Amino acid sequence: MEKKATRDSYGEALVMLAEKRPDLVVLDADLAAATKTGTFKKAYPDRFFDCGIAEANMMGVAAGIASTGKLVFASSFAMFAAGRAFEIVRNSIGYPHLNVKIGATHAGISVGEDGASHQCNEDIALMRAIPGMTVINPADDVEAKAAVLAMADYVGPTYMRFGRLAAPIFNDPATYKFEVGKGIQLKDGKDVTIVATGLMVAEAIEAGKALAEQGIDARIINIHTIKPIDREIIVKAAKETGKIITVEEHSVIGGLGSAVADVVTEECPVPVIKIGVKDVYGHSGPAVDLLKEFGLCAENIVAVTKAALGR
Amino acid sequence: MDALLKKQLEIAATKVRMGVIEGVHSAKAGHPGGSLSVADTLTYLYMHRMNVDPKNPDMPERDRLVLSKGHTAPALYAVLAERGFFPAEELKTLRKIGSRLQGHPSMGKLPGIDMSTGSLGQGISTACGMALSGKISNEIYKVYAVLGDGEIEEGQVWEAAMFAAHYQLDNLVAVVDNNGLQIDGKIDEVMSPYPIDEKFKAFGWHVINVDDAHDFDKLEKAFNEAETVLNKPTVIIQKSVKGKGVSFMENQVGWHGKAPNDEEYAVAMKELSDHLAALENN
Repeated sequence: MEKKATRDSYGEALVMLAEKRPDLVVLDADLAAATKTGTFKKAYPDRFFDCGIAEANMMGVAAGIASTGKLVFASSFAMFAAGRAFEIVRNSIGYPHLNVKIGATHAGISVGEDGASHQCNEDIALMRAIPGMTVINPADDVEAKAAVLAMADYVGPTYMRFGRLAAPIFNDPATYKFEVGKGIQLKDGKDVTIVATGLMVAEAIEAGKALAEQGIDARIINIHTIKPIDREIIVKAAKETGKIITVEEHSVIGGLGSAVADVVTEECPVPVIKIGVKDVYGHSGPAVDLLKEFGLCAENIVAVTKAALGR
Repeated sequence: MDALLKKQLEIAATKVRMGVIEGVHSAKAGHPGGSLSVADTLTYLYMHRMNVDPKNPDMPERDRLVLSKGHTAPALYAVLAERGFFPAEELKTLRKIGSRLQGHPSMGKLPGIDMSTGSLGQGISTACGMALSGKISNEIYKVYAVLGDGEIEEGQVWEAAMFAAHYQLDNLVAVVDNNGLQIDGKIDEVMSPYPIDEKFKAFGWHVINVDDAHDFDKLEKAFNEAETVLNKPTVIIQKSVKGKGVSFMENQVGWHGKAPNDEEYAVAMKELSDHLAALENN
């Protein structure tokens, strides 16, 4: 299967967007080469502004630009966009509900060799706690591009999470449709539901195939919009399959698993077992090896699912 | 400055000060000290200098003001009311449930508020964004950012200072209200930001020092000079008196964030209304 990092999709989507949105402005904080806003910078140098290594100021600048009616994307690594600049995002963007799109790349443990200081496993938790913030975590190239284009038309603060590691392109660009707030059922199933987001969706699909071979009929759901979450698809899955496994390249505290559990405990209590980074820091190493080590892979999804079903 | 205009501004500023005291007393909370120190500057900008229209508060070509020292919202509210953005009667709702006059400015709630502020150090960055946006689409509006002298202890202010000079935002004018006091005491004792002018100069700004922020002639001269500066942002560092206009509040750190009781309120209003009467009868 062809692979591409969603950060590359992000950079390409910005260029696609620029053609139809002359009001588009893109900001970065000295990471344009890595976040891939550099792709946009090359095509539209007059509409790209480097803010230097100053993420707090960049988020404030983005808020000011948005207040004048322009469409603005502000980019950095997830660690700095959601982490370092949290309170600026909360007070200068979230509170006035300004139309700023935060494009955060290098999210999760798959940052790899840079190690724990750069492996942000807390960004979803931070961003979904901000009232009115939409949180998007696309799974592949097709979804990432569609999400960027769709969110450009949506008015309101949005956090978009992209990865460094090349991700398998499993969606078909000819048929794929992005709808904010709508989960996508990738495979029906009656024994258990695996709800995944971002880089983990492809792993969940693989796990679903392996489970099928072992006689377990798992439903697979892709949640690209973590907030507002698709309550309907989750409640339906809870009712029809009775058990939910969540998978995310993020801490098990405050991310997809927590969001799913929030819905399930309120509307249809069933067990929710969370696969994610278990309240620890990562460390340096090749991304693929780290994902395996932290259980963020199809093999572990299969193992956890079987254990949950007592098989 | 024309003598009549000066008198009109002094009258307006006195009404603004009365609005500050009215609001803070009614709320039984708020920040009178810094509101009174910046009252003349905000009065000058909204009543004379800025291109704003109370009937069309969101007009795209308007000049913008970001009160980066957002805790002095009572002064901004009083000025906006004086300029006709909303009825002055509403000043008494300050900080109350259901009021459009939040403890710190909240855009979208109240006409005339260009940015939500309150967390110090953030407003100057948003002002940079507004100024950059104006440059991108060749608009002629000006952006004013009003900061406290204690506020510039925040690192983000200096990130913004670097940004504004780098992008040559000559449509941005920052004001540092140098009243010399912050919550914990004198700014040079808590965490000295001095020399403020040399710092901004080193960051590439055009610097104007104003030795009396309560003299409209001096404010006019400073903002006129700022208007002529090209390819650089300007900062006006104004020496002001915290609590200005209410004798027992002047230069008293204790009046940073405290409301007057009924007795103090009466004394303050008497002083201000006497001053107003003197101006009007003169």
